[in-house]
Amino acid sequence: MTEHATERGWFADLDPGSVDGARAAIDDGSAAEPADWPQRAIESGFADSEADYYELLQEATVAATRATVVDREQADDKQLLHAVRAMDDADRTANELAERLAEWAGTLFDDVGTGVDAARQLAEREPASPLEARVISLAGRVDDLATEADELRTFIERQAPEVAPNLCEMAGAVLAARLIALAGGLEGLAKKPSGTVQVLGAEDALFAHLAGRGSSPKHGIIYTHEYVSGTRPEDRGSASRALAGKLSIAARIDHYSGKRRPEIHAELDDRMSTIRARAKDDDASAEGDQ
Amino acid sequence: MSGLPDGIERREFDGHERLSTRGEPVYGEPTDGEWRCWDAGRSKLGAMLETGMDVDLSGGESVLYLGAASGTTVSHVADFAGPTYAIEFAPRPVRDLIGVAEDRSNLFPLLKDARKPETYAHIVEADLDLLVQDVATRGQAAVAVNNAQFLADEGQLCLAVKARSEDVTADPETVFEEVREEVAAAYEIVDSRRLEPFHDDHLGIVARKR
Ligand SMILES: C[S@@+](CC[C@H](N)C(=O)[O-])C[C@H]1O[C@@H](n2cnc3c(N)ncnc32)[C@H](O)[C@@H]1O
Repeated sequence: MTEHATERGWFADLDPGSVDGARAAIDDGSAAEPADWPQRAIESGFADSEADYYELLQEATVAATRATVVDREQADDKQLLHAVRAMDDADRTANELAERLAEWAGTLFDDVGTGVDAARQLAEREPASPLEARVISLAGRVDDLATEADELRTFIERQAPEVAPNLCEMAGAVLAARLIALAGGLEGLAKKPSGTVQVLGAEDALFAHLAGRGSSPKHGIIYTHEYVSGTRPEDRGSASRALAGKLSIAARIDHYSGKRRPEIHAELDDRMSTIRARAKDDDASAEGDQ
Repeated sequence: MSGLPDGIERREFDGHERLSTRGEPVYGEPTDGEWRCWDAGRSKLGAMLETGMDVDLSGGESVLYLGAASGTTVSHVADFAGPTYAIEFAPRPVRDLIGVAEDRSNLFPLLKDARKPETYAHIVEADLDLLVQDVATRGQAAVAVNNAQFLADEGQLCLAVKARSEDVTADPETVFEEVREEVAAAYEIVDSRRLEPFHDDHLGIVARKR
């Protein structure tokens, strides 16, 4: 097979019998056409026999592919981080502009409301003057920005479960993406103790507390989770501790294994029923006291 | 259909004769001793065998499998075949595929794009016996043609074609006819059949490299 003689197999630059450095060769190498690699590897002294070659090949492909998958998924979680920040920026900017617009439009038309929906309605109008044209054009920008924010949300809802299936099942895609963004990535989140996850997004309050001003925050961004916001105030500390504990576990599973683990979701649900049962017990005994 | 090779048997599972291979279970399939049921409803190659297509297997084949996903079908292939190269380009299913490969010393998982054979031609050997393809993305025929270089002369292609991947609105038969024509550039088609009732709007093609 002399016509293949110029092509080099994945093992060409490796030490005989060793797969050190194989990952780069497997990931980045190429060849214009395949060749009888097992035979070539034996001829070049890389492997002793066909069986030996296949053993080395398997060790090399499994290790290289595993490492590359982890890298690629981390790259995906970084994309999520940008997407969720962009969504928040688009949302906030749309709302700010809508406020400015409402103030301006109110001087020209007497039937305009406030907010993004009002801007969307305004954007439909036909301008009757150059001045109205400016205001209506601005309304169109608000509409565009709000639409962009919606589309980013849809993207996040589709993409986040790919990156972090357990975290998304527990927190919903958007909160999961926010946690990932606040921690600087899924790996960062997986490595944080659950006490830190509990107050992610409440850094200002935490610093104030550490500086001797104010009480320690019980929760950060996880406040938006129904398990915290829907729990009565005196139990919110326990609820956010329980939620943060399971979110940390979910992030670790997503980072290290990526498999869905139904048990952790059931455990959280159980724990939350226990916490919420306290409120019912208290109500019942309060009634009993009367 | 040509007879089944040693590594594949019809055995009874839940009161039905079904295909099975010997190996570690992968996706919760029923088992009978060492034998694991090969669910044709979850595998296009399984459905090609189950519907009696003219697939010629003798066991121990060298194989290139394109679109391995999490390894459902390729796990069965590796059970009866020889060296089996599994190509998949989506990272998430490859995590599972790696687990499947760890239990099978003849299975080599590769995170690669089947539209770019030059990115794995330095790993996948030449003169293979069998190319199995189930990529379910647009351009399925071109992928089969461009990967013919890995097959030996007369090497066999088992191709699953998903009509909706080519054109959601077109009539599946029109899509299938176009794919057959394109595939015929590099292969001689031996058999082609729809995979109902196992897979709707899918065509199975068995062919030999020209
Ligand atoms: C229908 S699924 C395959 C199921 C699998 N063959 C089985 O039966 O276990 C199709 C797979 O092909 C993969 N795929 C699509 N286009 C691909 C390409 N160009 N290169 C590699 N894999 C591709 C998809 O990511 C998906 O996992």
